[in-house]
Amino acid sequence: MTTEVGSETEVKKEPEKAEQPPATATAPAPQEEPVSEAKPEAEPAAEPAAEPAAAEASAATDTPASEEQQTSESEQAKAEEKTDKKEKDKEGGGKGISRFLPPWLKRSKSQSQVGPKENAPKEGSVEAVKEEEEKEKDKKEDEAAEESKVDGEQPVQASTADQSQEQKEEVAEEAPPAEEAKADNKEEEKHSIGSADTQPAKEEKGEDSQEKDTEDAKPENGVEEGEEAKKEDEPTDKADTSILSPLRLTKKIKMVMCQVTMLDGSQFPCEVEKRAKGQYLFFKVCETLNLLEKDYFGLSFKDNTDQTCWLDPLKEMKRQIRNAPWNFSFNVKFYPPDPSQLTEDITRYLLCLQLRQDIASGRLPCSFVTHALLGSYTLQAELGDHDPDEHRTDYTSDFQFAPSQTREMEEKVVELHKSHRGMTPAQADTQFLENAKKLSMFGVDLHHAKDSEGVDIMLGVCANGLLIYKDRLRINRFAWPKILKISYKRSNFYIKIRPGETEQFESTVGFKLPNHRAAKRLWKVCVENHTFFRLMTPEQPTKAKFLTLGSKFRYSGRTQAQTRQASSLIDRPAPYFQRTSSKRISRSLDGAPVINVISDGSGPEGGKENGRDPALELSSDSKSKLRVQGENIYVRHSNLMLEDLDKTQDDVLKHQASISELKRSFMEATPEPRPSQWDKRLTASPATSLRLQAQGKSPPRMETFLPESKEVVKSADDKQKSQAVAAATAAQPVVEIEETVIVEEVRKTPKPAAASEVPEVQAMPSQEPQEAAKVAVEEKKPAREASISSDSESEEEAEYHPQITSVSVEQIKEEPEEEQEEAELNKQEPTPEPEPIAVAESEIAPAPVTVHPVVKDGTPNAKEEAQPVVEMVDDGIVEEEMMLTPDEAPNGYSASDVQGLGSLEEEEQEPRMNGDASHVETEHLPQVICCSEPPVVKTEMVTISDTFAAQKSEIATKEVPIVHTETKTITYEAAQLDGSGDGEPGVLMTAQTITSESLCTTTTTHITKTLKGGLSETRIEKRIVITGDSDIDHDQALAQAIKEAKEQHPDMSVTRVVVHKETELAEDED
Amino acid sequence: MAGLMAGFGNFTHAVVRAIPESLAKEALRMNKFDVDLSKAQREHELYVEVLKNKLGLEVVELPADESLPDCVFVEDAAVVCGDTALITRPGAESRRKETEAMKKALSDLNLNIVEMTDESASLDGGDVLFTGREFFVGLSKRTNQRGAEILADAFKDYAVSTVPVLEGLHLKSFCSMGGPGLIVIGSSEHAQKALKIMQQMSDHRYDKLTVPDDIAANCVYMNLPSKGHVLLHCTPEEFPESAKVFEKLKDHMLIPVSNMEKVKVDGALTCCSVLINKKTNV
Repeated sequence: MTTEVGSETEVKKEPEKAEQPPATATAPAPQEEPVSEAKPEAEPAAEPAAEPAAAEASAATDTPASEEQQTSESEQAKAEEKTDKKEKDKEGGGKGISRFLPPWLKRSKSQSQVGPKENAPKEGSVEAVKEEEEKEKDKKEDEAAEESKVDGEQPVQASTADQSQEQKEEVAEEAPPAEEAKADNKEEEKHSIGSADTQPAKEEKGEDSQEKDTEDAKPENGVEEGEEAKKEDEPTDKADTSILSPLRLTKKIKMVMCQVTMLDGSQFPCEVEKRAKGQYLFFKVCETLNLLEKDYFGLSFKDNTDQTCWLDPLKEMKRQIRNAPWNFSFNVKFYPPDPSQLTEDITRYLLCLQLRQDIASGRLPCSFVTHALLGSYTLQAELGDHDPDEHRTDYTSDFQFAPSQTREMEEKVVELHKSHRGMTPAQADTQFLENAKKLSMFGVDLHHAKDSEGVDIMLGVCANGLLIYKDRLRINRFAWPKILKISYKRSNFYIKIRPGETEQFESTVGFKLPNHRAAKRLWKVCVENHTFFRLMTPEQPTKAKFLTLGSKFRYSGRTQAQTRQASSLIDRPAPYFQRTSSKRISRSLDGAPVINVISDGSGPEGGKENGRDPALELSSDSKSKLRVQGENIYVRHSNLMLEDLDKTQDDVLKHQASISELKRSFMEATPEPRPSQWDKRLTASPATSLRLQAQGKSPPRMETFLPESKEVVKSADDKQKSQAVAAATAAQPVVEIEETVIVEEVRKTPKPAAASEVPEVQAMPSQEPQEAAKVAVEEKKPAREASISSDSESEEEAEYHPQITSVSVEQIKEEPEEEQEEAELNKQEPTPEPEPIAVAESEIAPAPVTVHPVVKDGTPNAKEEAQPVVEMVDDGIVEEEMMLTPDEAPNGYSASDVQGLGSLEEEEQEPRMNGDASHVETEHLPQVICCSEPPVVKTEMVTISDTFAAQKSEIATKEVPIVHTETKTITYEAAQLDGSGDGEPGVLMTAQTITSESLCTTTTTHITKTLKGGLSETRIEKRIVITGDSDIDHDQALAQAIKEAKEQHPDMSVTRVVVHKETELAEDED
Repeated sequence: MAGLMAGFGNFTHAVVRAIPESLAKEALRMNKFDVDLSKAQREHELYVEVLKNKLGLEVVELPADESLPDCVFVEDAAVVCGDTALITRPGAESRRKETEAMKKALSDLNLNIVEMTDESASLDGGDVLFTGREFFVGLSKRTNQRGAEILADAFKDYAVSTVPVLEGLHLKSFCSMGGPGLIVIGSSEHAQKALKIMQQMSDHRYDKLTVPDDIAANCVYMNLPSKGHVLLHCTPEEFPESAKVFEKLKDHMLIPVSNMEKVKVDGALTCCSVLINKKTNV
């Protein structure tokens, strides 16, 4: 029965949604506190349902309403009875579904409901317990029933209606006693159940919503409903305050009205907090649509240059749209190459709508015949069988089948339409898609560019890779497996191509885009498409602001593999929706009541009041300006791209504050090293970890983990500390702005999985002497690293490494058959997810630490950057065992769904992975051997040629450029060849760089794993950039950083600490 | 309902053209060979026989035109896909008029005619390889980029990729389709290179059948309702090694067709007919 709960919740939500829009519009508006009066006006609902509802709402108190209600109830009751079976069936799937529902939705609903007093009646009717309200609601629902989703509403109504049957059933089903208690209020019961279900399931919490969520969890169940009830009963501020108050207390909430253009052309007004992230709105929209397979979709907006951009779900909307209006468009972002594999018809329907748009706009070119054929399926889907009486000659004129539509085409469409007799809408959609998917430009996202010779070309990003067009001709194609690296720098876009069978070297192909933003946009689209279609799991989600190497951007959603897996869990009866993209009445061939998918009440424009807070905007503006300047600076000093340089005084102050906070946290921090993301990966079962790193991680370099940085800092050893301090001091002659601590830890780990290859632990001669050389090498690095850390928004360049030289399991095989993919997926499931957060705790061996303070001759400018580099060499062999908590795999779905929405701080500290919530604990066994490690392999731009890779076929090699600088390119091969003292060259197994930023430090962790002489060796190089001005106690910070680094990796030894100080260049300098 | 791109190799009609006497002396050729006109004519008659009687296609036979020595190679004059026929602009000046008769024949078949009027464009049908899912257009002596663009415009449903033809007359001088997703390719270096390019450019996977002789890689594939996979290919007399390779195709109805004489003027098997599927016309 639990399942039922899920379905119910959904149901409820939907109706709520429908009514929400109007509510939301005014909700946040502080002005409209008086509740009841405004109702009708407030609800200029676009939806037919909404209007009646409003009317009824106003009349709700009247007795006649009750009568209606009763009748409606009775009707509904019948309907419910019918559906009962269905519901039961659903039960099984309910849970799965519930996961899809974001918990914060509830909150928002409650908010919106509460806020807009005028609307309150409506919403109240939906959720309210009171009979009057119920009556209203019933009326509404009855009316709306036809248009709204059947499943959901019916249950709701049932519950709202005093029909005890259902409630009892529900209660029984929903065993949890607590909930039952709540069940006293029938409505409440539902709510509570729903919320309870949904919340846990959905771990996605908007930043904003965190607080709310926590608060809401309770309020949702009890308070919310209760409040609502109160509200409606006693239209007072009470409800509002009660609901809103928590929010207000925690934050000032500025609400903004968003307009989302849906695929059917309707407008969906939605009120959001000004600081809400993209996903908030996105999930709102999906909820409204009753869309579960939402990973294929996204919200787009036009930036101020009229370019269409995707709204990053993990970032605040405000920061993305900048000064553009809050208008968004709901679109297909990833076109599933095989739409028949979509689970639900509604998803296919939405895809159809998108494709119709694409076709009508000319984005998806088709031949005449195809236009006609696709058009005929559209007619069949929307109008049903051709009816000679009803369908006169011009019944097609409402439709646009082609960019330019001729009479001849319409005739052809009609002719074909006649031939589809008997086809259900779903079948017609399927046929539509089966044909559309074959079109060569299906799902190809085109970008204007010029090739190296200045010739105009188009770059098309699609599921399979990158296509190059000149005019209409395809002149080249780079499948994802062919691409080793994707990067952009200013307005240039580069792809590094894997060498062919006969070629020795990779080649890099560059394209010139119109501007920097276009280059970045293209890069992002590539990263996203690659991840979505090619990887089994996304790379680690990056946290909000970090100083990172270039752009930290990564695709944060689920991959296609994941979404398919998730979709397979969908077990709800097919949601009903109306295929009236064009307001035609559908004849629901399925014989079920047709309910409108989209409730687009033209929301009251109350949102405007909530408009933007001028002050906020100003500040944001100023900030952005600063950013821009920063960018300029970056341009001038390509190596100095530290965001901090452009910080305002306030920012600096904040910085300092945060730094002190950080320090405090260090002090308080328990010695227990926090599992860092990469550590986890390292410790994951060898096989998995290898895969992981190889695949998902390929672009590790840009990943940032806040938690990590902190940990790193914390784990410094006293010894090291002192040394580091010394180093730092040495380096500190001038005022330092930034310090970089580079900690390189080399750890030799016999890998279990790799074990076959590395059965025994061998002692390796330490190569301390070589370190000097390393230091030298590193000297240069710091500077670059400094340059690397740029703000994500302003970064000029970024890289992404989609490929690993060796075959990684996680990566979807080239041209995989669908079945294969799934098979892989399944395969993977049992094994610990690669990304899963394995916590590797390494103990730092008491190995001698050498500190090589490197002081750069900085011009004694006011500011300098110091970059201590600490290298830790692990003396022993660490055996790692990893344990996976069982909760991860099966539920991957829920977790994945939730991914991005943790509260700010929580999020930061809890490593979240897309798709898995698993925690991996690693135990390190005592290390047996202390060996010297070969010189650090710097894999800045490690490119491994195919031939090379071939030699070590089994080993996943991955190269992770730490810093992308042209001058500094250290290839793995080189290191191998000359670096290792022992004759047997090590094999680079994995290398990754993780960058995280804490308040005052940026930690770049570069992990290089090599396999040498049967030993797996892990070298960790950490660069910690301590940013600050003279006010910061650099020594202290540095010491802390080193200490933490050491603590974090107790099994490793610090082999080198390099402190590098960088002097800030004057802005005008070049 | 015939869907998009359904039924690769389904053909109902064929357009052929008789051999003019001028072929022996005046037809263009890359190598100096003497052509035995009567042999060539007999060969061609056999070819048409196969299409007409053995395979049951409706064959439209155009009369020869003495002023057009190469007119037997109708493939170059038009590219037909679905119900759209692109009338080409042959790369060889002397062949431009070949399209007139072709255009008339195809419009008589109720195909949608698209003409290549751009003076800067040139395209020989022999450079156009249609795989069922996409087009490859060889950029050769006879076909240029502009011609390929126009072809892409004419067949918007399909990806059109260009392939440089470094040696040989046409793209299909060393390759052709041997079945759905099966590319028959010659073993010469440039043929293999072209295949690689095609494979790289394609979103689809193709199997390849490599034959020792480039020109033997040109065969005619059909998928006929009553016959299944049908392949017209070289005879063992001409290319014994290549013929053996074809004989490995167990699922195909293999029909060796002699092309001994026409090959001397660079005519291959596909060159001599334009195949049309009227039923796929939606």
